[in-house]
Amino acid sequence: MSGASLGKEDGGLMVHAEGVHKRFGRLDVLKGVDLKVKPGEVMCVIGPSGSGKSTFLRCVNHLEKIDAGRLRVNGHLVGYREKGGRLYELREREVAMQRREIGMVFQRFNLFPHKTALANVMEAPVQVKRTPTAQAREQALALLDRVGLADKTHSYPSQLSGGQQQRVAIARALAMEPALMLFDEPTSALDPELVGDVLEVMKQLALDGMTMIVVTHEMGFAREVGDSLVFMDGGVVVEEGDPRSVLAEPKHPRTRDFLSKVL
Amino acid sequence: MTSVSKEPRQGPPEQIRAVPVRHYGRWVAAVLILYVAVWAVHSVANNKRFGWDVIGQYFTDDAVMRGILMTLELTGIAMLMGIVGGVLLAIMRLSPNPLISGASWLYIWVFRGTPVLVQILLWGFISALIPKFSIGIPFGPTFADFSANSLITPFVAGCLGLGLNEAAYMSEIVRAGILSVDPGQAEAASALGMSRAKTMRRIVLPQAMRVIIPPTGNEIISMLKTSSLVSVIAVADVLYSVQIIYGRTYQTIPLLLLASIWYLIMTSILTVGQFYLERYFGRGSAQRQTMLERLWTNLRSARPAAKGADR
Repeated sequence: MSGASLGKEDGGLMVHAEGVHKRFGRLDVLKGVDLKVKPGEVMCVIGPSGSGKSTFLRCVNHLEKIDAGRLRVNGHLVGYREKGGRLYELREREVAMQRREIGMVFQRFNLFPHKTALANVMEAPVQVKRTPTAQAREQALALLDRVGLADKTHSYPSQLSGGQQQRVAIARALAMEPALMLFDEPTSALDPELVGDVLEVMKQLALDGMTMIVVTHEMGFAREVGDSLVFMDGGVVVEEGDPRSVLAEPKHPRTRDFLSKVL
Repeated sequence: MTSVSKEPRQGPPEQIRAVPVRHYGRWVAAVLILYVAVWAVHSVANNKRFGWDVIGQYFTDDAVMRGILMTLELTGIAMLMGIVGGVLLAIMRLSPNPLISGASWLYIWVFRGTPVLVQILLWGFISALIPKFSIGIPFGPTFADFSANSLITPFVAGCLGLGLNEAAYMSEIVRAGILSVDPGQAEAASALGMSRAKTMRRIVLPQAMRVIIPPTGNEIISMLKTSSLVSVIAVADVLYSVQIIYGRTYQTIPLLLLASIWYLIMTSILTVGQFYLERYFGRGSAQRQTMLERLWTNLRSARPAAKGADR
């Protein structure tokens, strides 16, 4: 909750990207991304594979370092400190502090396979925030209940379906009480009949007022839950707007082309 | 075109009772193996030169018992040095700093590239190379001197020779284990705000253990036997103890057999321990069963089936 007051420095924006560039060797993946996400907003990002949407998401919590531009979360530069017109890299400890405010859900869940669902959710609060075990446990049980897995607390990830694993992963990210949640194609690795449960949990989260950036191929979710829709292609934002109008009548030919293939 | 199944058929389907395939080759092999086994037992039991009475006489001799203790101590200390050193070297090896990873590479190159017997001998004769060790500031004043002979006893030399060599091998095993863990695990941990050190300790190493434990068990068993090399610098382990005895009594073969039997007993115990350790670190993945447990579950699942067949 410390984040809410800090956001004011940046016009109250939760995420503010200005001309963000990212290069992998000779490959330009992001070529100047400008985006603004307001607190409480649910932004869905769509686009063909290789368009840079996942890379952008990974830049937001500094899993990737950006090469040019400015990226602010909650008013703070991600991974750097600006002093006297110069940028200073943050120490590992400071980056970790920033990441506490940002929850991330991965396409491949990345649950800790040697820990039960409950232990997965408790791990970060106990190890990073130093929450007392009993309190973390109570909190974790409440979170698992919230994602509909109250009866699976002692199961190991290998004993859960993909949809259940992804819901545990969401609970694990929520346990750090983040101000922002990033979803990197959260339903792409799931069997079709398991997608609904995960989307339902995400929808509830959106209704509770969580700020979310969701990289997804689920146009239905974007239409129903999204506050804004961003279409990325070739490392830039091609089109941005209200999901319903972008999906119904895309303005840019590339958006039209993409949507005609996936819808 | 799709057809929906009609009326369910009445009653359960008739159980298949087929004649199993006869494996004549296996029968022939079984007879041959039995024949060889009987012959081997017969000749061992009737060859006086095995000296079973001598083996029985010295089996729990005080010197042998002290030797066993020494072997176990050496194995324990050397493996501890090997594992701790190996983890350290592996983490150094994976460091982005080229100087740190280079140092680790150099260590492994030297200690893995020379025979362990030579290393043990060098540690044993260290006083010829460095007559005394001093505590102090390099190129500055010294505070205390120790003669190498009093500091590096044969036992210490044995531990150093075995342990430092083992660290080089263990580091490769640990490194393979660390690399086997999905990088997504470390990513998920750092996305949760965990530090690199904590991620290594809480998330990566416990998962790497599943890959590290089986070859480490191998290394321990191997170390138990390799430790017999210290007999060359007069450390009284099992082998050295029996050598002393047969040097006196000339009953060479029975006493070497006696030592072999003790090594076999010790490695057997370690094999059992390894199984349970592997099962502990394999939690969250498919569980393995002991032979007894497997027998028990087979019996339990077989019983209802057998009843069904009788019906």
